[in-house]
Amino acid sequence: MKIPYFPGCTLKTTAKNFEISAIASAKKIGIDFIELDRWNCCGVVSSLTSDDLMKHLAPVRNFLRVQEMNKQGIVENENRMVTLCSMCYNTLSLSNKRMKENADDLQKVNDFMHREEENYKGDVDVVHFLSILDEYGFDKLAQKVTKPLKDLKVASYYGCTLLRPKSVGIDDTEDPKILENFVKALGADAIDWDAKSRCCGSYHTVNNVDIVYRLVQGIVDDAKKNGADAIITSCPLCAFNLDVRQSEIKDKNPDYQTLPIYYFTQLMGLALEIDKQDLGLEFNKIEPEKLLKKLNLLS
Amino acid sequence: MAIKVKFKDKNDDFYKKIVELSGEQVALCDQCGTCSGGCPFIEEMDINPSEIMRKVMLGQKEVMDSRTMWICASCFTCTVRCPRELDVSKVSEALRQVKLRTAIDEISIADISKEEAKKLPTIAVVGNFRKFTG
Ligand code: SF4
Ligand code: SF4
Ligand code: SF4
Ligand code: SF4
Repeated sequence: MKIPYFPGCTLKTTAKNFEISAIASAKKIGIDFIELDRWNCCGVVSSLTSDDLMKHLAPVRNFLRVQEMNKQGIVENENRMVTLCSMCYNTLSLSNKRMKENADDLQKVNDFMHREEENYKGDVDVVHFLSILDEYGFDKLAQKVTKPLKDLKVASYYGCTLLRPKSVGIDDTEDPKILENFVKALGADAIDWDAKSRCCGSYHTVNNVDIVYRLVQGIVDDAKKNGADAIITSCPLCAFNLDVRQSEIKDKNPDYQTLPIYYFTQLMGLALEIDKQDLGLEFNKIEPEKLLKKLNLLS
Repeated sequence: MAIKVKFKDKNDDFYKKIVELSGEQVALCDQCGTCSGGCPFIEEMDINPSEIMRKVMLGQKEVMDSRTMWICASCFTCTVRCPRELDVSKVSEALRQVKLRTAIDEISIADISKEEAKKLPTIAVVGNFRKFTG
């Protein structure tokens, strides 16, 4: 299956490990990510005011690229555009929803982008890779696993943007299961915990890092309390806060016990035995290999 | 605690502006406090999200002096829980925009140290600037 893929800027820089592990893992189960040839940043956060159509141009331009890929036969009848970054997913989805539900807005945006070859017709669907896996079937994924992640206790961190607001959430806002089902398919143990969808502090990490320290510590403490060995995420900003900011908490107090942070696709790659270099573990801040070696999951 | 409200002080233009920008019928808020109860940032806020709703409803423009709108990170926790289906995150955004559209930014690039700038991922910086600059 070939599917148009929107990477986003962070997956090309600090979150390379997310991208390479996802592409290699997807390939293992027969899904080819075809990168949009001229994608542009989605803007990260969705604009929430009623009058700011300008901020929806960036997402919509990416949808035009998907239309073109279909027209050029790069993909066949594939209106879906897959994302890995949860924030891209959220922002692109919210803009798309506005365009689909509001013909006037769509018209204005198209008029503004009159130099594009085509108008956006409103029929692209933004999907997160986790939803593709859900559709593929976690039973089927489990059958593809060649190295079950036995005894690895994983806390699945959803954060905000995969689940909220409801109109774009990929699962139940209060009791999501998709990541846990994914973890079980890999043969690992999915622990239950309270902080799975509690915000990590997001972009406050730039100018108000104390908020992030407080929230990250709360999230990691809750994972530890419930017996987790590691936390997984699907958002490069959550990952930065949980991984890099957590390591700074440790720098300030050496007795602090850290938990390693992985992208969900890194564990997927491990269970599907993709090449070790495609796991990109060298990009993870908190030492990622010790735990995996201890459980004989990595040599 | 009883709160005395003088309606003659109500700044109707301000109220209407926020309703228009946010698209939220703020006056429907029944002050149940669910938004404040679940907000993960409540410790850093000087007034609660539900108080923001109340002050906007009453057209009290002093709400612009509060830090709450800058602390609200659009995590949408309150959005999915409000029994009136109101979206406080949109009200916060509208308040921020009222300020930012007067060409006063909340952050400047110079505030970020070189060391931090090297470390921060694009997603953090772009997200931050989208919320804190006009
Ligand atoms: S959310 Fe990020 S990583 Fe995703 S495209 Fe937009 S800015 Fe870039
Ligand atoms: S958890 Fe943090 S970074 Fe991730 S989506 Fe929420 S605010 Fe965003
Ligand atoms: S949850 Fe809704 S109704 Fe209740 S106080 Fe907050 S905004 Fe008002
Ligand atoms: S959207 Fe803002 S007010 Fe609502 S829970 Fe999140 S941070 Fe608090």
